[in-house]
Amino acid sequence: MIVAERKPLAEILSNVRGAGKVLVVGCNTCVAVCMAGGEKEVAITATQLRLALRKEGLEPQITERSVERQCEREFVAELGEAIAAHDVVLSMACGVGVQTLVEEFPDAIVYPGLNTTFMGRPEERGVWSERCIGCGNCVLDKFGGICPITRCAKGLLNGPCGGSANGRCEVDPENTPCAWQLIYDRLARIGQLDRLMDLEPPKDWSTSRHGGPRKMVRKDMVL
Amino acid sequence: MTQGVTKSGSRLERLLDAGTFTVTAELGPPKGTDLEVVRNKMGLLCGACDAINVTDNQTAIVRLSSVAVSALLCREGLEPVMQMTCRDRNRLAIQSDIFGAVTLGVRNLLCLTGDHQRFGNHPTAKNVFDLDSIQLIRMVRRLRDERVTEGGDGVEGEVPVFIGGAANPFGDPFEMRVIRLAKKVAAGADFIQTQCIFDMPRFKEWMRRVVGQGLHEKVHILAGVMPLKSAGAARYINNNVAGISVPDAIIKRMSGAGRGQKARDEGMRLCAETIQEVREIEGVHGVHIMAVEWEEAIRPIVEMVGLLPRPE
Repeated sequence: MIVAERKPLAEILSNVRGAGKVLVVGCNTCVAVCMAGGEKEVAITATQLRLALRKEGLEPQITERSVERQCEREFVAELGEAIAAHDVVLSMACGVGVQTLVEEFPDAIVYPGLNTTFMGRPEERGVWSERCIGCGNCVLDKFGGICPITRCAKGLLNGPCGGSANGRCEVDPENTPCAWQLIYDRLARIGQLDRLMDLEPPKDWSTSRHGGPRKMVRKDMVL
Repeated sequence: MTQGVTKSGSRLERLLDAGTFTVTAELGPPKGTDLEVVRNKMGLLCGACDAINVTDNQTAIVRLSSVAVSALLCREGLEPVMQMTCRDRNRLAIQSDIFGAVTLGVRNLLCLTGDHQRFGNHPTAKNVFDLDSIQLIRMVRRLRDERVTEGGDGVEGEVPVFIGGAANPFGDPFEMRVIRLAKKVAAGADFIQTQCIFDMPRFKEWMRRVVGQGLHEKVHILAGVMPLKSAGAARYINNNVAGISVPDAIIKRMSGAGRGQKARDEGMRLCAETIQEVREIEGVHGVHIMAVEWEEAIRPIVEMVGLLPRPE
């Protein structure tokens, strides 16, 4: 899923202060699951904004809404009237959701309420970590299902750097395992250690963000 | 490793191929443009070693470029081993800088992945790591031997460089350490400089496996050593540098030596002993002395082990 975290209140305030009517819009998909921008977080953020602005002597009208998926036209269409009735929109979705509102409601002023962090998974309650950078050319088959591009701090494709110690990455040993230790252990477990001798050539980055903004067209789906 | 014909015209290559036990040292460029710093260090290293590594923004701290300092060494008649990392440049910039260095006289290149920027003085920088060290070695070998760029175009002119790589026998997983070396050799490395050896039993075990696979006949291995300035330095390295451990016995010996010059003398003696010990190990063809910001130590250490004067 897409993992995100709430922006600091002060930063949100700096954008919405001065608006008479603020619409806070959550998204009930990824960011609800990672407890950053679902209905509950929309309610908390709206309350925090009311209290903070009241302290400053302001009395804005703050409305709470949530949609099923803020990244799709069909799901945000229902927001039309509410958006028209407010001065600014605070989107509690990922960056895709924020931009969907901007594109679908070109006259609206939309601010982000979250920092979109990564594509990852919950490791345990309250802990999420990154698994995929969306490079557009999956290599998981070569590395026992563990992505070195995402999980090695240097994205190394030919084995660990000299900073792998006791299974941890030198860049952040407390929080991060060495991806290459994981790959080594995994390939040993599934009997594929011989793959480690393969000389991986430089990666073709043209399918990733480095080739420019990406677009996918499925001709079989286009109406 | 054919005798007589060199790939690069480098003195390091010629000496290693002739079976000379070689000595390389390291010169860290200044954090700016002060060439006096470089000249002082050049004076300390001149005649004390066969080639001088010029570091490339080591530990991700911005310094005078390794290309410029290597060119300066060439101009002064010294032989640089220019270090090149993948942290700050993509494949275009790396190839372009290598062409530039070759035209300025550089003949030895040490291909490194590079320290992560988190450890340096620009931790908020965007890194590159378009290539890793093994891909870099392969790219340089193809520039030199096949005269083609990574992208496949022909190279105008020659790229005569002696290709080096690093090896850390002390990193984990240990089993990967010989595999990494084998991959570097397969990619085209001519010589290897290892991480600093403090844990001698582990180094010997690594070398035993290297020799067991016959890799020592395909690549020249220079054992990395570092003189310790003090017990504090030993402890610092042990606690803060991932992938190097300094055994308690060494820390104790440094603590027992006292402070200041006494500690430094002991550090130099310890380093000399390490060099003598690695000379006896099959497959070790030289030493690489990393005296970080302590270039004064190099000549006395090389003298202590009877490796002065250096051959022409």
